[in-house]
Amino acid sequence: MRLRAFWKKWGVSYLFAAPYVLLFLLFTVVPVLVAITLSFTSYNMLQPPVWVGWANYVKLLFADDVFLIAVKNTLLFAAITGPLSYMLCLLLAWFINELKPTMRTILTLLFYAPSISGNVFMIWTILFSGDMYGWVNSVLIRWGIIYEPVRWLTDPDTLLWVTMLVTLWMSLGTSFLAFIAGLQGIDESLYEAGAIDGVRNRWQELWFITLPAMRPQLLFGAIISITSSFAAGSHIVALVGFPSTDYAGHTVITHLMDYGNIRFEMGYASAIATLLFVAMLLTQQLVQRMLRKIG
Amino acid sequence: MQLPIYRKRVTRSPGGDLAALIMLLLLGSFTALPMVYVVSSAFKPLNELFLFPPRFFVRNPTLDNFKDLAVLMSESWVPISRYLLNTLIITCLGTAGHVLFASLCAFALAKHRFPGSRLVFNLIVISLMFAPEVTAIPNYLIIARLGWLNTYRAVIVPAWQSSLGLFLMKQFMDQMVPDSLLEAARIDGAGEWKVFWKVAMPTVRPAWLTLIILSFQSLWGNTGSSFIYSENLKTLPYALNQIVAGGIARAGVGAAVALLMMIVPVTVFIFNQRSVVQTMGTSGLKE
Repeated sequence: MRLRAFWKKWGVSYLFAAPYVLLFLLFTVVPVLVAITLSFTSYNMLQPPVWVGWANYVKLLFADDVFLIAVKNTLLFAAITGPLSYMLCLLLAWFINELKPTMRTILTLLFYAPSISGNVFMIWTILFSGDMYGWVNSVLIRWGIIYEPVRWLTDPDTLLWVTMLVTLWMSLGTSFLAFIAGLQGIDESLYEAGAIDGVRNRWQELWFITLPAMRPQLLFGAIISITSSFAAGSHIVALVGFPSTDYAGHTVITHLMDYGNIRFEMGYASAIATLLFVAMLLTQQLVQRMLRKIG
Repeated sequence: MQLPIYRKRVTRSPGGDLAALIMLLLLGSFTALPMVYVVSSAFKPLNELFLFPPRFFVRNPTLDNFKDLAVLMSESWVPISRYLLNTLIITCLGTAGHVLFASLCAFALAKHRFPGSRLVFNLIVISLMFAPEVTAIPNYLIIARLGWLNTYRAVIVPAWQSSLGLFLMKQFMDQMVPDSLLEAARIDGAGEWKVFWKVAMPTVRPAWLTLIILSFQSLWGNTGSSFIYSENLKTLPYALNQIVAGGIARAGVGAAVALLMMIVPVTVFIFNQRSVVQTMGTSGLKE
């Protein structure tokens, strides 16, 4: 009887959620659980996995010097590109929101262009080419700022910074679009009330009205920023090659790809993924706490 | 009701507006460079494509690249229209299913708050943080066990449960759909499906229009190469990659291909984005 009442109350909700949730369990939760289990095994994809307990983690944390370099690079990379790309998406979406619809569509397309044009980011390799024909080098030499070409993408001192620049340029993607759509959902009357209550300029309006009204989108954007800045890898490899000079552009994900795709040590690669996952979760908790302070 | 103008007068300075516009245009022309480059390269003759140092804009535009592509396509034993059809099937069904199922579930999570909904939502958000590189193998095994290898299903059905879309829809349902609006519809006798379809979905229009852009774009570029191996089921990007993989001599064709592949998602983008930014003020009822 109680079950009947329960079903009467929540049945529709479960029916609504069921198609998605069942597919999600099958195609996301199960694979993730399998991968976490594999992280405690030695698995070369040909022979069945062999249970090794914590061995992969012990090796990762205490015996893998390259992993420590990767962690250092990833933290630096994420600490800089994550917050910057987030602010960039938010500010540009907010500025664009003031314009008329046609102008807004055009500018959104221009900003979104790097995300929609496939792997065209490779033109950055021409811009930052290491000889004097590279555009950046040739301009800097002509202006007398440098006297000999800088090998931007192979010099360990510069290559990580160049990849950060390219990443920022590519960052106006998913969260940018989400912010633009989120700004549409803010009730106009809030602004009127704000103006009467003494909001004097656009920055006050942003902090006290706009941001609190789009908190759900702010959280969405933050999580996208965390995942993309911690999981940077494939476009870094495309720009600086693998392995990069002195592992200067080596991130946790490139380390993972090294073990997963090149050495076929899937157990070890899964351990790397699991550690990265834990690191992202911790960061997310931190960021979520910060977002509560807005407004 | 001159309120928008009133708001402009109080919190906006003309100098600030102008500075913002100039900054936007400067930045925009910078981020648009790759798109300009793709268009310009597609019309470059071979000698300009291999020019060193490379030049950004085309000097002697030509349609040779497109003619070469047309010749290559007419020679392939699976007609190119078949590849296009495959990609359209995958993209359209994948996007439609994803938007529908993710919205339905997001609606239940955000507005019904049924027992267990927090757990489900947290799982979905957390799953975004697991590197997809290591789940590829378990995923392949599951698809194989289901007997879906070498079918459209192998690409379409997993696309329906992408965590990103659900997260997006849930956040917008939270922000844009007031409970009182739904309650009013229920009192008027609307069933839950009607409340979802006729009340909630129109209100979160900007959200699903955005989701269509994102989902369409990712499926359009999906080669499906890990699951689909019959030539007549292969996707357009896969077929075009095969053409471009012909090496240096195919550089011109490659440039034409890059342009053609970009046109459809850009069109979808412009179409949807225009509707996104025009919805303001039409959603009406608010708390």
